Amino acid sequence: MVREKQVTREQVRHLAWLSRIRISKAEERKYAEEMSEILRYFRKLDDIDTTGIPPTYHVVEVVNVMRDDEPQPNPPNQLLGIVPARKGRFVKAPRIV
Amino acid sequence: MQEVADLKVRIGLEVHCQLTSLKSKLFCGCSADYRQSEPNTHICPVCMGLPGTLPVVNRRAVEDAVLAALALNMEVSSRTLFYRKNYFYPDMPKNFQISQYDRAGGIPIAKNGYIKLDGGKIVRITRLQLEEDPGKLSYEGTIETSRVALVDYNRAGVALIEIVTEPDMNSPREARVFLQKLRSILEHLGISSGELEGSMRCDANISIESGTRVEIKNISSFKEAERALNFEITRQRNLLRKGMRIGRETRHWDETRRITISLRVKEEEEDYRYFPEPDLVPIVITSEQIENRKSAMPELPDRHKERLMAQYGIPLQNAEVLTENKALAEFFEECARKYNRPDLLSNWLVGDLLSYLYEMGLELRETKITPENVISMLKLIDCGTISGKIAKDVLKEMLLTGKSAEEIVEEKSMKRIADEEYLKQLTEKIFASNPGAVRDALRMEKAVRFLVGQLMKETCGKADPQLANIVIKERLKRLRDEESR
Amino acid sequence: MSDLLELPASRLISKIRAQEVSAEEYISKCYERIEKVEKRIHAFITLTEKMALEKAREVDAKIRSNRSVGSLAGIAVAVKDNICTLGVRTTCASKMLESFTPPYDATVVERLKSQDAVIIGKTNMDEFAMGSSTEHSRFGPTRNPYDLSRVPGGSSGGSAAAVASLEATLALGSDTGGSVRCPASFCNLVGLKPTYGLVSRYGLIAYANSLEQISPITKCVADAALLTDVIAGHDNRDSTSIDAGRSSLSRHLVENVAGMRIGVPQEFFGRGTDRDVSKVVWKAITKLEELGASHTEIKLECLDYALASYYIIATSEASSNLARYDGLRYGFRLEDDGYDWSTAFSRNRRSGFGAEVKRRIMLGTFALSAGYYDEYYLKAQRVRTLIRQELEKAFKSFELLAAPTMPILPFRLKEKLRDPLEMYMCDVDTVVANLAGIPAISVPCGSSRGLPVGIQFMAPVFREDLLIRAAYTLEQNLVQTSLKLKI
Repeated sequence: MVREKQVTREQVRHLAWLSRIRISKAEERKYAEEMSEILRYFRKLDDIDTTGIPPTYHVVEVVNVMRDDEPQPNPPNQLLGIVPARKGRFVKAPRIV
Repeated sequence: MQEVADLKVRIGLEVHCQLTSLKSKLFCGCSADYRQSEPNTHICPVCMGLPGTLPVVNRRAVEDAVLAALALNMEVSSRTLFYRKNYFYPDMPKNFQISQYDRAGGIPIAKNGYIKLDGGKIVRITRLQLEEDPGKLSYEGTIETSRVALVDYNRAGVALIEIVTEPDMNSPREARVFLQKLRSILEHLGISSGELEGSMRCDANISIESGTRVEIKNISSFKEAERALNFEITRQRNLLRKGMRIGRETRHWDETRRITISLRVKEEEEDYRYFPEPDLVPIVITSEQIENRKSAMPELPDRHKERLMAQYGIPLQNAEVLTENKALAEFFEECARKYNRPDLLSNWLVGDLLSYLYEMGLELRETKITPENVISMLKLIDCGTISGKIAKDVLKEMLLTGKSAEEIVEEKSMKRIADEEYLKQLTEKIFASNPGAVRDALRMEKAVRFLVGQLMKETCGKADPQLANIVIKERLKRLRDEESR
Repeated sequence: MSDLLELPASRLISKIRAQEVSAEEYISKCYERIEKVEKRIHAFITLTEKMALEKAREVDAKIRSNRSVGSLAGIAVAVKDNICTLGVRTTCASKMLESFTPPYDATVVERLKSQDAVIIGKTNMDEFAMGSSTEHSRFGPTRNPYDLSRVPGGSSGGSAAAVASLEATLALGSDTGGSVRCPASFCNLVGLKPTYGLVSRYGLIAYANSLEQISPITKCVADAALLTDVIAGHDNRDSTSIDAGRSSLSRHLVENVAGMRIGVPQEFFGRGTDRDVSKVVWKAITKLEELGASHTEIKLECLDYALASYYIIATSEASSNLARYDGLRYGFRLEDDGYDWSTAFSRNRRSGFGAEVKRRIMLGTFALSAGYYDEYYLKAQRVRTLIRQELEKAFKSFELLAAPTMPILPFRLKEKLRDPLEMYMCDVDTVVANLAGIPAISVPCGSSRGLPVGIQFMAPVFREDLLIRAAYTLEQNLVQTSLKLKI
């Protein structure tokens, strides 16, 4: 039996870009194979008819959980201390362009 | 063939308005009043997206969004979900934005509304949704040359409403009028104050004669919007004239250089992978709540405009300009309560006052002027103490100092010269040095005005113009009498 | 003296309160035990000995001065390393968070502390809770105390191994698709996954938000009830937390299953289920019947689709949850001078995440992407509805459903590392409860080939009381197994 590929290497490359995970050429192939096999299993769901069935996004049935508009003070330097690279009080990010 | 300049322009806007009257951010308790603060002082584990933290919706934000939707004639959804919009960017702490848009045809908090511009034009509004603002990037030099980006997350998580229009606007000017009207509506609702820096920003899409749509991002204010659109139209028209194609792309408005720039030709197609935010439960809005909101709706610009015309008898144009800026309209009403010539008052406000503000790049609230100041100025004009021309200077001074008109006039000795003897002396001098003009004046009215003007000039404009007129004419009469004798 | 460590929490607390033993003495014993066995078990990523002993002395002082103490006074609790602890690094067993120290406690940790529990350390796990064997850890695998060549299950394998090897008395894990019940079953312990929303998730580092709950792993049912009572309750920092106003679970520790109707879905005993496991589980069901319950074999067809549905939903959510790890605000960051932000992020994430995490992020990104969303993510969420509906229907006729917790016995290290799908199959019996949000418990029910076997009960939402009653009755009436710790 010829097993159809569910995911191509081009797709893998695109998914890796969307996920911002750098992968090598060799990994592209590996992911394409592994993912194809896993997705083949996921396609099991094709066998079940869900016409007219709404999705379950939340299992809890509560709605309108909200908080009052009250500002809470925050310790000023608590979070800067764990920033890996800073410039003064700014978080330093790599160049944009 | 159609001229490039005649091709129809279509502009659609995506406006982001911060809900500036909120005290805290959309999903956490950090203070939303970040503008005067040091970088990264209004941050907490939630808005910094630290692992394990969870968002909780600000109730007032939902209420404000509903109010805005109703004021924009929109259908409010009875049940709405939050979605994640997934994309990476250094200003987004979680690398996804919690929003209410779902490309799968989901339900934003409201859809299908419109704004009617002064003059009757309708601009359709596609949808309105709540979402969180990202942080702010700054650069060492320009975005293109900076080796790093500096991130301030103070703004991250501040509540926004995003308002998306249909491409119904046909000129940059119209886009600006739309934006002003929108701002005015939100200000009348008391939910967003457009005068705060960066509180209303927009992205624009623009196409010339159903050509390719180009998006312009990073427009930080309405003034900039008109500039950016004008630039972009010129750019596109130039390309068309050269017979070049316009590529579908996203451009960035560079405020300092006043040009749009293409940041990159995308290496890959972005895919936002919207899906329902599992950490937030649905929001249900009942029709009863909607009715309550509607009945408690504050006066909106259109009604406000009509009332100003009816109540104060001011002309339509003035009423329109006043209500475009809620603060100005309120200022007008405060003055009008203590001054009995509202039409005159409105002329001063929509004319000189506004153009000064524009010149100075200031909002009314950023100046020191008070309604009492303006009234004192008008009264000095009324009793002839100062001329209208002098009053313009007084007004400008009041904006800067907040001093009363009397004080300014006193300090700068701007009082009118009503000393007839003095004016007569000056007139003699003028007649002596302008014999030609004097001769003309004996025959033509126009030349008389020149002599009056000379007298005004001699007094630095401080002469009472009526008196100056009389003095000149009397002197001419004497001359005529002398000659006929 | 290791007797002390063998005691369940409830007995220990009385001894500590009665000053028969001091908390300090007992906690010191825990660390002695850790010192002795940890090299072979590797249950912990971080130990917090200094803080723990301080807390123990504080509890002792309270008791000596007759001040009131909390319901977990002095008890050693091991906390899974995906639950945030103020000032104590919380790594998720990932290089990405290797040096991340949260400036806040998870709500459950606050609750533990307020009840005077002593947190003795942070336990090993599969990276970001993605796995069923605790082999996918940046810090190396944890071993099963009953057979050191085998895995303790996962992803909360460190928590289970710590309790099983008597390093800790109680432990917290998290259960997204069985991550607490699986290691409980493999390590001969009780694991209780509460109803979704019963326990606050604030401070639990998300893998798949719509599925997971923080859950206790304990030696006995009574301890599971005790610990659940402490961690459960409404939290306004978690919008999905439910204000259920329940009564204490400890009150339901009664030996009484008379009239209890138990449904046994055949799908749970199908292909892929070890025969020995089936046999042991059936014996337990028969035992309950002897004690007054009744059972009926039923069919729940949707169960065949549960695993695929679970993995699609879990990986989708994970792909988004884990996007925040880019190296800017916290966590692992490579030197990135000269790189643009996108490349820098991609490099950080390549180095910071392990293979399984990357695989799941890629899968989830795929399932949510344009053109596949409807076929995968949306379809899985619809199947989830069918599963809920079918379970709801079943619960009209039965108080409980029973099944093996794991289809297989604890397997050897590396046995399933080569084939990811084979590893995913381990969760086939546990994911149902997470998809439906219902509570489920795994209780030891015997052994086979010298390895533990657990039975799993599932109940309708917020009916943890039924789980506790059935599990307690079984525990009290089953003959003790001859299982021996290999340490």
